[in-house]
Amino acid sequence: MSGRIVGISGPTVLVEHPGLQLYERVTVGHARMMGEVVRLERDRSIVQVYDSTRGLAVGEPAVGTGTHFTVRLGPGLLGQMFDGLQRPLDSLRAEQGAFIQPGAEGSRPWAARALRFVATKKPGDSIRVGEAIGYVEEGAFRHPLLADQEGIIDRIRDGELDAEAPLAMLREGQQMFAFHDWPVRVPRPYRRKLTQFEPLVTGQRCIDFLFPLARGGSAIFPGGFGTGKTILEQSIAKFAQSDIVVYVGCGERGNEMAEMLDDFSSLADPWSKRPLMSRTIVAVNTSNMPVAAREASIYTAVTMAEYYRDLGYSVLLLADSLSRWAEALREISSALEEMPGEEGYPTYLASRIAGFFARAGAVETLDGRTGSLTMILSVSPPGGDFTEPVTQACLRTTGSFFMLDTDLAHRRHFPAINWFQSFSLYERDVSRHFDEHVAQEWSTLRQQTREFLQREASLREVVEIVGTEGLQDTDRLLMRTTEQIRRQFLMQNAYTEDAFSSPEDTLGRIRDILARHAAASERLAKGALLDELLKEGA
Amino acid sequence: MRLSTHSYSTIRSIQGPLLFLDRVIEARMSEVVRITFPDGHEAEGEVLKIEDDLVLIQIVGESRGLDTDHTQVVLTDAIKRAPLSLAVLNRAFDGSFRPIDGRRMFIPDTWAPVSGFPLNPVARLRPQDLIETGLSTIDGLNTLVKGQKLPIFSCAGLPSREIAAAILEHARAGRSAAEGAAGGSVVVFVALGLTYHEHAFYQQALERMRGDSVAFINLASDPVVERLLAPRFGLTVAEHLAFEHGRDVLVLVTDMTNYCDALREVSAAREELPGRRGYPGYMYSELASLYERAGRIKDTPGSVTLLPIVTMPEDDITHPIPDLTGYITEGQIVLSRELHQRGIFPPVDVLPSLSRLMQRGIGAGHTREDHRAIANALYTHYASGRDLRRLEAIVGRDGMSEADKKMLDFADAFEREIVHQGTVHRDIGETLNVSRKLLERFGLTTP
Repeated sequence: MSGRIVGISGPTVLVEHPGLQLYERVTVGHARMMGEVVRLERDRSIVQVYDSTRGLAVGEPAVGTGTHFTVRLGPGLLGQMFDGLQRPLDSLRAEQGAFIQPGAEGSRPWAARALRFVATKKPGDSIRVGEAIGYVEEGAFRHPLLADQEGIIDRIRDGELDAEAPLAMLREGQQMFAFHDWPVRVPRPYRRKLTQFEPLVTGQRCIDFLFPLARGGSAIFPGGFGTGKTILEQSIAKFAQSDIVVYVGCGERGNEMAEMLDDFSSLADPWSKRPLMSRTIVAVNTSNMPVAAREASIYTAVTMAEYYRDLGYSVLLLADSLSRWAEALREISSALEEMPGEEGYPTYLASRIAGFFARAGAVETLDGRTGSLTMILSVSPPGGDFTEPVTQACLRTTGSFFMLDTDLAHRRHFPAINWFQSFSLYERDVSRHFDEHVAQEWSTLRQQTREFLQREASLREVVEIVGTEGLQDTDRLLMRTTEQIRRQFLMQNAYTEDAFSSPEDTLGRIRDILARHAAASERLAKGALLDELLKEGA
Repeated sequence: MRLSTHSYSTIRSIQGPLLFLDRVIEARMSEVVRITFPDGHEAEGEVLKIEDDLVLIQIVGESRGLDTDHTQVVLTDAIKRAPLSLAVLNRAFDGSFRPIDGRRMFIPDTWAPVSGFPLNPVARLRPQDLIETGLSTIDGLNTLVKGQKLPIFSCAGLPSREIAAAILEHARAGRSAAEGAAGGSVVVFVALGLTYHEHAFYQQALERMRGDSVAFINLASDPVVERLLAPRFGLTVAEHLAFEHGRDVLVLVTDMTNYCDALREVSAAREELPGRRGYPGYMYSELASLYERAGRIKDTPGSVTLLPIVTMPEDDITHPIPDLTGYITEGQIVLSRELHQRGIFPPVDVLPSLSRLMQRGIGAGHTREDHRAIANALYTHYASGRDLRRLEAIVGRDGMSEADKKMLDFADAFEREIVHQGTVHRDIGETLNVSRKLLERFGLTTP
């Protein structure tokens, strides 16, 4: 069945097409652009178009596909770069040149790569849903292929993967393929969620030590422009202890993506020593790419992330930035002439955000593996004002909050994480793990560091009035130590070797600083001169 | 494609720059329309929205004199395109690409849609080649590279145009200039809502400049809607010169605040839901569609570098215009009223200024291997000196330690000797030399 376009407004078109479903995928216009039904009326529907509507004419066809907006899941995703609709950017470039034309489908990623399937089940074996029938070596990853139905295997074959040919046939005649399509807006199922306690080491001292993250948890870091969101996000993508990293560039800068792709192809994962790209999937929709595809990009990414979670891996999803996604939502909502909520955002903003965060978690998968999906999302509050709706909606659902501070950024203190305002709800559970696996003193040292920083803040107020000279000797020593904590511990240069710090290094550094302080305090108490102590430590 | 020309006189209403056309048989989003006024003169317009047979058109130009009975509207079936040719060089046009230099329109080699197409992120070449501006605060501390977009955040009354003119006159692309860019660099100058006085100033600067330029001039008295079009023409021409002819193009757009105000005016006329301060909610995407056209392409010579000037209303950097700009661009150069009042030129406040693409553009092989260390040292010490000024205001200089006094002196000297350079042009080597000397004079090691 097909219909035609009768109206166009911004990224949405009005189509006359009977029998469409809500969220059904529609191809729009002669260029066959992709779209999704967002509102249904009798015989008339509004379709949000994932491409620029410039040049589209009324009267052009609109055809429902009978399916929802899906992504294709299977071996071969790793190391790829997609746009927000899972079109592989490399093949788009090969087909169209440097600039992206509207309506291009882009060939599917696996066409280019030769992957070999090795069966682990044989004819006659009975299988359950979620059970592995074999695997594919995807680079260094063993990628199990899981059954999506149950039955008894009739035929199964080793060999080159082919998107069209089935891997196995069941007795009842059903076929099993290496790839399947999954609707992006539907969370993938799992057996149950686990209560999280394992830490996710990020390699960032400030985060790992003061505000540790848990696998399956979620974190946001809001910050005004120039506070280093993107650099922090990319540092974590490079160094975090995670099997798979899915990175979404959502409505951000093209040159930064070029920089990141450049970096990633030359760096190695510090944990496995393998090339960084071999564990990474990138989905990117830069700010000048179509707005509706930006809205879809985080769902495309989270669905791919869930897929690897279901294979039993720990997956880290990084998105930069959630605010751009929310703005895309606002643009679409306003084209639909919906009643606006706060600052023009639709009233369902908070529930959409909560729904998205709910897709994070450590889970027991359908076949009993353990996998986790951790989310770290940056937020770009307008004017650096954290009272805005996106930050506030995130704060209600997220497990940790790293506040990026413009003041610190202006002093070139990076990562500019404010140590008073930030928090992590995983702190207690995860600390136990650090105490057991790294060193007993982890929690104690952290407590001490916090106290030092707290006291420094109050001393600073005094200094504002009387100057440093007016402080007591012990306080001046403390000010010196906290400066060292800030400069040598909390600050971390993303462009040098120091960009990654293992938990042992992190601990070693802070232990040294605090030990030097303890020694100096002792000598001060025994009558040593402060000026000499300060000189020694400088 | 339509087989015949569709001409209508079924105007339902006209509101400011917007025209509602009724009973339209077939319309295309963003297509160009030609409007013939009752007195016979013509204007152009663009389709903004279509709902069944009702079409919303934005008029480019003056809408005074339109009526609902005699006005004719022709739908052209084509979207807005820019004429392209090397013959644009050293010409001046208005916001609708009509020549204003007294010479005839050139014959284009080709046409391209003014809105452009997004550059595939994997086709982008990472920008890392220095553009030397001759200003120490930029070259030394906030280095500009080819393919970057770096706005200048100014305040009313600050010499942003003098700085822009200085950059235009001196900008030269660094060492790799020899290998690419056969015909040298080109400046595309886009003036949006400038006063005649400002325009004359830039005109002189362009004349003093060696090398080629193209100007698109929309003055304060010219139609508001043309302000939305002029930068798109400028960027389309820039992309053509860069990626078809291998030139390094520097696009200077001034003033983006006028662009955003034009956007707000049209949005309000469309009765759209206003966002912060009345600007439309899609302003981020709108600005991105301009700014993101800066860049370089792999295996292709040429580059588009963008220098927009933004005048911050009420000197407020959190105002939506500088705020959204800062979220899209790769850094910002922030001017300070305080430095200006102390007679420092250029009055660049280096603390909130930033160049995100600096890291790859400096150091051995690009500028000098000690560049990064010098820049970091200047920042750190200047920042602590600036902090101490607040303390000095409370306790007085006498109450401060020797070390603190030294930092105060350093901050003063930094502003007088590095930031301030008057009309003197420093190449990157000189910038690094004077910076190094200053640090050594204060006994501050370069870490």
